[in-house]
Amino acid sequence: MNLVELEKKLIAAARVENPSDEVPFGFTTRVMARITSLPNSAAALWADALWKSAGACIVIVCVFCTISVLTFTPAEKEGSAGNLAQEFEKTMLAGLETDYPR
Amino acid sequence: MERTEAELIAAVLRGDAASFEPLIEKYSPRVFATARRYARRESEIEDIVQEVWLKAFQKLSSFRGDAPFEHWLMRLAVRTCYDFLRGHQRNRESMFSELTEPEEDWLDRFVTHPDGANEHAEAAKLLIGRIMDQLSPPARLIITLLEIEDRSVKEISKLTGWSIPLVKVRAFRARAEMRKLLAKMAKDKYL
Repeated sequence: MNLVELEKKLIAAARVENPSDEVPFGFTTRVMARITSLPNSAAALWADALWKSAGACIVIVCVFCTISVLTFTPAEKEGSAGNLAQEFEKTMLAGLETDYPR
Repeated sequence: MERTEAELIAAVLRGDAASFEPLIEKYSPRVFATARRYARRESEIEDIVQEVWLKAFQKLSSFRGDAPFEHWLMRLAVRTCYDFLRGHQRNRESMFSELTEPEEDWLDRFVTHPDGANEHAEAAKLLIGRIMDQLSPPARLIITLLEIEDRSVKEISKLTGWSIPLVKVRAFRARAEMRKLLAKMAKDKYL
């Protein structure tokens, strides 16, 4: 088979057919609706980005809350909570317990 | 009185989005004809054209006005079509063993009497469509612009944003890719 000739024939076939330039009904209206709904200023774009990142932050907080609830054990609760209270009190009152020279 | 394109563009840039509508109405047929060269399904074609207009609206401030708006828009359209082809590369799989009867008949006619195989035949159009669908995105774009739309290398360079040497290299590779596909088709059918 002569491939060069076949290529020429097929390219000629593609040239014969011009694609239609028909525009679907209501297309312009649809595009205009999309365009008018676009955020049109830098402030609007910034606000849009902030809302999206706020959503992501909420998801991250939920994930961490779930992990801490699931990994929580009562033994740890008593020990660590007691230690924390004592350490906190000691730190807060450290200044008062210091003996200053008179 | 009808406003000129420059006036419409200036109005859009001042914030009057409604002035964009006459531009969409005027140039959509041209953009649709371009998109139909690269996509088959009407839903995909509409998506491409919509994308072109959204990009045109968002990037209108980059239109300097030293060339016609149509040229700027067509560059945007060709690049959007190329992005579409790159995004749909995985859908290129098709076998030449699945040729329809009219396509096989046309090929048989071409083998026996090359002059008798008419390029106006519907089967020939289907065959070239099948081959174009299997080309890589750059090859398809180059073959369409260079061979089918008969554009010059310089024009293609402006439309695609590729350098002239790159267009030439890609045109060479595209032709080689096309011949390889034709050879595969001949092998699948006759060997």
